[in-house]
Amino acid sequence: MGMTMTQKILAAHAGLDSVVAGQLIEAELDLVLGNDITSPVAIHEIEKMKVDGVFHKDKIALVMDHFIPNKDIKSAEHCKCVREFACKNEITNYFDVGQMGIEHALLPEKGLTVAGDVIIGADSHTCTYGALGAFSTGVGSTDMAAGMATGKAWFKVPSAIKFNIVGKPQEYISGKDLILHIIGMIGVDGALYKSMEFVGEGIQHLSMDDRLCISNMAIEAGAKNGIFPVDDVTIAYMKEHSTREYKIFEADEDAVYDEEYTIDLSQLTSTVSFPHLPENTKTIDEVGDIAIDQVVIGSCTNGRFEDLAMADKILKGKKVKKGLRVIIIPGTQQIYLDAMEAGFIKDFIEAGCVVSTPTCGPCLGGYMGVLAAGERCVSTTNRNFVGRMGHVDSEVYLASPAVAAASALTGKISGPKEVM
Amino acid sequence: MKAAQGRVFKFGDNVDTDVIIPARYLNSSDPKELATHCMEDIDADFVNKVSVGDIMVANKNFGCGSSREHAPIAIKASGVSCVIAETFARIFYRNAINIGLPIIECPEAAKAIKDGDEVKVDFDSGVITDVTTGEEFQGQAFPPFMQKIIACEGLVNYINQK
Repeated sequence: MGMTMTQKILAAHAGLDSVVAGQLIEAELDLVLGNDITSPVAIHEIEKMKVDGVFHKDKIALVMDHFIPNKDIKSAEHCKCVREFACKNEITNYFDVGQMGIEHALLPEKGLTVAGDVIIGADSHTCTYGALGAFSTGVGSTDMAAGMATGKAWFKVPSAIKFNIVGKPQEYISGKDLILHIIGMIGVDGALYKSMEFVGEGIQHLSMDDRLCISNMAIEAGAKNGIFPVDDVTIAYMKEHSTREYKIFEADEDAVYDEEYTIDLSQLTSTVSFPHLPENTKTIDEVGDIAIDQVVIGSCTNGRFEDLAMADKILKGKKVKKGLRVIIIPGTQQIYLDAMEAGFIKDFIEAGCVVSTPTCGPCLGGYMGVLAAGERCVSTTNRNFVGRMGHVDSEVYLASPAVAAASALTGKISGPKEVM
Repeated sequence: MKAAQGRVFKFGDNVDTDVIIPARYLNSSDPKELATHCMEDIDADFVNKVSVGDIMVANKNFGCGSSREHAPIAIKASGVSCVIAETFARIFYRNAINIGLPIIECPEAAKAIKDGDEVKVDFDSGVITDVTTGEEFQGQAFPPFMQKIIACEGLVNYINQK
């Protein structure tokens, strides 16, 4: 029986010729990732294990991104714990204030994730690297600890859903609109335990930033991973960012899928997820009149250069609606610099936005934009659960950078065509 | 593995990790402290009502969202002996096994069991008994290696024993 792209990568890393859905395997890991929230728990666990250090100091990435620069004493203690562990174990890829970025924006940019890899990370959005043709999935801290100690992890081989992408998207339509549309279609558990495999002639029109955004939100459909085939776009990106060898895996012609969907990019419109689940999607023309208090543009989902470029295109030379707070967070130091050199930062500040150092901050209601009771935010982040960005009675509407920037000008949820 | 028995707290679909343990408390990783905020954003009084041995029952996709292991840690430290659900989100499922919080999938039990019922779970057979109504349900028993991890109180002890 043919294998999916995911199954082929897993089989190769388990030293097996073939695997089938449901099989339990142990796979070799190319990278183990943790952040300032999940790593302290993992470090506590690894210290209880009867092991001598970590399996490979170059194959672990520790990224301080959620609550840093430290938001309070407790988070400072957490970062200190990780910093000391990284130092003691000579972890090559330790990223602290000054070098850090939001982990899933940072690692591909640093060339640490390439096609064919098996990657686990103690962060649910680790599935992002599927955009590069890698198998990557989120795990918890104990799995991270076991991964750091042994370089291996157990997996149940997933079955897959195939998304055949056709057509070319219209102006202002991005990867975010596509993934929100898909989650609206299949639901927040529509791909539970499964792979989402994106294929088809339409993906040539999706940039690497689009693909990273799409794979990033595979978890919001419950998926184990979300993966793209490797094409010229992927290879160009890897050559620009990485010196590591990559390996291209392709799904077999006779691979078996649980379900198949075809999506025409040319038919997509701006899409918004209403509170309190990412599956509660509406197209922009169905939204109605919803006044907002805050806009956030950033996160591991949409804090990349193209996201900021889209925001700049809409905000440049204009003013944000009076009374609205607009927070823009470049995903990494490099993206921040590139945005500065492109003139975006000046444009944003002149428009009345604040621009922050990279951080996950407001996405999870951590800091830098927490909402009060009754407040509403349009956000380019990935979750809109109850209390996600602050008070349990606040609301988060998920959207693309284009919708978020347009809404920043009008003070209500708006599509880009309304302001351009 | 020892059977679990206790009073049921019933929840609905898509109980996410943000309501199980809100991110504002993730500056701590102390199980006791996390337990004092368990389920706070879905049932602020939960921590005052829960007793050691109690059981959570929920519908589909329990534990969706973040990979924070703080979620099953908070539930375990609050005294809950088992979570029964129609389905679990996959990272929560792994995390629960890895920290030794017994969980079991059973759509029929998740539908039929009511808040406040007394329920018993036999992990070896996967049989769930609603002691209050006398109904029995067949849940999915863990494969042997997962049973061993839970019996060892988590992955770390399991690795150490290997």
